[in-house]
Amino acid sequence: MSYTSLALIAVAASAILDLGALRTRLLLRKAFWTSYAIILPFQLLTNWWLTSRFIVSYNPHDIVGRRLAAAPLEDLLFGFSLILGTLSIWVYLGRKGFTPKKTR
Amino acid sequence: MAMLIFTVFGSFWLEIFLRVGVLRQLKRLSLTIAPIALVFVVWDAYAISRHHWFFDPKQILGVHGPFHIPLEEYLFFIIVPIAAIMTLEAVRTRRPNWIIGDEEANA
Repeated sequence: MSYTSLALIAVAASAILDLGALRTRLLLRKAFWTSYAIILPFQLLTNWWLTSRFIVSYNPHDIVGRRLAAAPLEDLLFGFSLILGTLSIWVYLGRKGFTPKKTR
Repeated sequence: MAMLIFTVFGSFWLEIFLRVGVLRQLKRLSLTIAPIALVFVVWDAYAISRHHWFFDPKQILGVHGPFHIPLEEYLFFIIVPIAAIMTLEAVRTRRPNWIIGDEEANA
């Protein structure tokens, strides 16, 4: 499977995790999108660093070829699914009681 | 490696100045990172084996873990999730009225 298909599957899987499996519904929350808006420029910056200096390179046969700040578009999907998946599990565990009492 | 250090400096100050308390919740943090890192390491191993992406040997430390994955990649799948969580928790400290979804556990 190409990077493109895997990236699309990852975004779908993280959305299913958030909305279906764990029901954390971060995709519907302002707090998530605000966090993502803060993270995105940093992702673009670090991605640009890694790809423009060829620290990481991509096989042209496995990406659609459109790039954003030097990095393949697929990296955005990769990052999005990583962030959404992480935050969904974090919030799920918080709901299950894995939170320190004294900090809040 | 420089990218990882940048990410650590770019986000971990939130722990100190906004007191997001992410690093103090080690159990919750480990249980979050473990499944995420597992899935993304499998993805990384597959992508490396199929040459979806490859690394410049001159610009990485040259230390490889299982599945020919560079050490930096393993660290990436630990540091980036922590940075994302710190960002969400920082938003929570600045916008306490915004619902995140785990509030009932703290009520």
